Amino acid sequence: MLDCTPKDITERKSGGIINPAKTCQPIGAMYAALGIHKCLPHSHGSQGCCSYHRMHLTRHFRDPVMASTSCFTEGSSVFGGGANLKASIQNVFHIYKPDVMAIHTTCLTETIGDDVSSIIKTAEIAEGKLVIHANTPSYVGSHITGFSNMTKAMVSYLAKSTSPEKKEQANIIPGFVNPGDMREIKRLVESMGIEYIMFPDTSGVVDSPMTGEFEMYPEGGTTVEQLQDTGNSQITLALGRFASSDPADLLNKDYKVPVATLKTPIGIKATDALLMTLRNSFAREIPKELEIERGQLVDIMTDTHFHFHGKTVAIFGDPDIVTGITEFVLSLGMVPLHVLTGTPGGSSSSAAGSFEDDINGMLKGAGIEANVKSAGDLFTLHQWIKNQPVDLLIGNTYGKYIARAEDVPFMRVGFPILDRSVHSYLPIVGYRGGMRLIEMISNALLDRADRDAKDEDFELVM
Amino acid sequence: MAADLAESIIERDEFIVTKGKNKKQLKCDADSSAGCVSQRACVYCGARVVLNPITDAIHLVHGPIGCATYTWDIRGSLSSGAELYRNSFSTDLKEQDIIFGGAKKLAAAIDGLVEKYQAKLVFVYSTCIVGVIGDDLEAICSAASRRHNIEVIPVESSGFIGNKSAGYRAAGDALLRLIKPFESTVVEKNNSINYLGDFNLAGEAWIIQNYLRQMGVELNVTFTGDSHYTALKSAPNARLNIIQCAGSMIYLAGKMEELYQIPYIQISFLGIEDTAASLRNIAAALGEESMIVKAEELIAKETARVENIIKGYRAKLEGKKAAIFVGGGFKAISLIKQFREIGIDVVMIGTQTGRKEEYEIMNELVDDGTVILDDANPAELEKFMMEKGANLLVGGVKERPLAYKLGIAFIDHNHDRKHPLSGFEGAVNFAEEVYSTVCSPVWKSLTSLGMGSGVENHG
Repeated sequence: MLDCTPKDITERKSGGIINPAKTCQPIGAMYAALGIHKCLPHSHGSQGCCSYHRMHLTRHFRDPVMASTSCFTEGSSVFGGGANLKASIQNVFHIYKPDVMAIHTTCLTETIGDDVSSIIKTAEIAEGKLVIHANTPSYVGSHITGFSNMTKAMVSYLAKSTSPEKKEQANIIPGFVNPGDMREIKRLVESMGIEYIMFPDTSGVVDSPMTGEFEMYPEGGTTVEQLQDTGNSQITLALGRFASSDPADLLNKDYKVPVATLKTPIGIKATDALLMTLRNSFAREIPKELEIERGQLVDIMTDTHFHFHGKTVAIFGDPDIVTGITEFVLSLGMVPLHVLTGTPGGSSSSAAGSFEDDINGMLKGAGIEANVKSAGDLFTLHQWIKNQPVDLLIGNTYGKYIARAEDVPFMRVGFPILDRSVHSYLPIVGYRGGMRLIEMISNALLDRADRDAKDEDFELVM
Repeated sequence: MAADLAESIIERDEFIVTKGKNKKQLKCDADSSAGCVSQRACVYCGARVVLNPITDAIHLVHGPIGCATYTWDIRGSLSSGAELYRNSFSTDLKEQDIIFGGAKKLAAAIDGLVEKYQAKLVFVYSTCIVGVIGDDLEAICSAASRRHNIEVIPVESSGFIGNKSAGYRAAGDALLRLIKPFESTVVEKNNSINYLGDFNLAGEAWIIQNYLRQMGVELNVTFTGDSHYTALKSAPNARLNIIQCAGSMIYLAGKMEELYQIPYIQISFLGIEDTAASLRNIAAALGEESMIVKAEELIAKETARVENIIKGYRAKLEGKKAAIFVGGGFKAISLIKQFREIGIDVVMIGTQTGRKEEYEIMNELVDDGTVILDDANPAELEKFMMEKGANLLVGGVKERPLAYKLGIAFIDHNHDRKHPLSGFEGAVNFAEEVYSTVCSPVWKSLTSLGMGSGVENHG
């Protein structure tokens, strides 16, 4: 039987993981780097890392994912990877001709102690070409940490402040979301009539249209000029604290660009917060078009709330997304019983607070007690569900084993989704994204109700 | 891309030949150069794909989380029994483990997992970092083995010690340890055979088992598709090894011949021609008259059954052109013949880790003008597919979207295959898959409004 998880919860002493709800930093760094226009991500480590990350991203986006590797061998790991990296820099610009090469490290090169920034400084780099790097040790944090670190590197290597006066423009850091979400966030900001720089921006890179040609560097991505200009912006909106607040804080520290750290704009409340922040910072009105969209979403919520009220749900995935989804399902009257992320969730004592505090705070407001955990795994989530079943499971593809074993309706959201398509094109953020989420939740719940209904209970109108 | 590519091709000149044009020897089996966009994987990947199909084992990855996440149930190997192998186990090494060593954590993880799942067999995979921080895997595993009285086998698969082929060898060494008879056991030879190099993707090993049964051949154990601890332990008893995926298994087969006097033959169940030849070779190698007769009966019956179906597809596909880029050389060779059966010419062929002998055979099989290349990068695949007018690419995960972007049909002949492609049934499935992608109406949408000069309808 596919279900190998025992129901009895016993203490796990080893600290090992069974069925992970996270992956390692470098893949997040690679994804972030793809969001720079004409950039080739480079994996400084063994060949396998690069291959796995490209494979995983390719499966999720169903688009070509290009990245190069230092191709470590036994020699380079004994004598250091400096020679490999210098040769890589030469070869990458010579053969693949990107404008930017974005290097991330791996557990191997971190452990042998390669000093990447010194290696870059002493490497020959062709005129007009740029090399940036992020340290992304796989044994710290998760893929979200890696995304944040590479986005931070964009700031530390490229951002400038060219005048004391700030420009009337916003920096928007979207976090580890799909290109469909990035497009939607940009649409919201554009419809407010506000100038902005989104970084990283993978729309137009990993959701590029079919043209009959293979573009090594598709049209999308934040340009170097835009990245340089981020130091001149009037504000940075960091959407999703775990993926976005570090680079925003760095912009503030280095160039005095104030930061608004907001939730990933999932659902009414978080989308409102995004638009209100923009309105207040730039003295703009919310356009009628967005008022209408908001009204439509509220209309849908009221039309269908009886489908959702009191339904129990388990949510897992990346911390920013899970936080947003939790807030949204609470606003529908649903009851989250289990909320888990694989990413280490920060500590209560830190300035930013912790994932568990955030979630518990929202649940407390709704009078709900639930299992909440950061740095967890799907073995734990499965055990929770066995002991306290739910009506719906929300998370990435890896949830399908639990959904099958427990016969729970399953709604796929987040990264990675390896067994369905189109998810990367359509948003879950903004009011439109809220509508889409409601459609997905109702389809999951009502398809199940139809399937399980006895003949006499089977209804045409629901 | 074209201008950019010119230079990259010069760099990699030795790794690419065109049949008929140049007399030079193709260079292969070399390390990829630093800074390349290679389609190749690492030692751990090679070891894991070979061992992963062992269904009742705990496959514990000792390292940071990534290596375990990326290999969680990706192979599509089916099981008729245990499903333990479809879980993902990792020691999830953290910063303090890197500094102080991961030995304690590993020992505790093995203890916890063995207690939970009562497994008789644990594989502990070493990742890059373990090779550097110097955890003594051997000592930890043998201590755990004694503690639990089960087999805990270290797999020396640190990523940087070579490429995927080195991983096949590491897996081979782990398997040799596993099948080594206990000191008290006397190896009793029987009349059975082992089937090496079938990972039961989409149930392929089951098809072959069925053929062997019909021929009266007893199958001892398959390496490693749908295999389990007890069955693998009996491997030394067999009198013959047959090898499908030579790249991953030739080392193991050689060792088994040396240690247990089991001779081996290479077979291939891809395509009607090779399947029939392989069944005959197995019967001949075993030398029993009844098997030879039954093999002929089976071949006649199955060929008659599928011949017309294949002919039907052939009529629709005749004249189309295929490009092949797969992991190993042996599969590439079979594919050339299999494409010929359905009227398709191979215009480009390459592998990640093919060997010199294999490239020689490929060179003999293909027509003049066919491009042969080793360890290709995406830009090269693009260039030659477009230049040669390929209608179809056979490849793995990373090649799929590349082909689609170019308006070229695609077949996964790797982990993501959806139907069994082995034996006579497999030949029909293969033709059906080729037809359904090459002749799909989706390619017709490419020329429609808004696509500019757009894509020719390659289908």
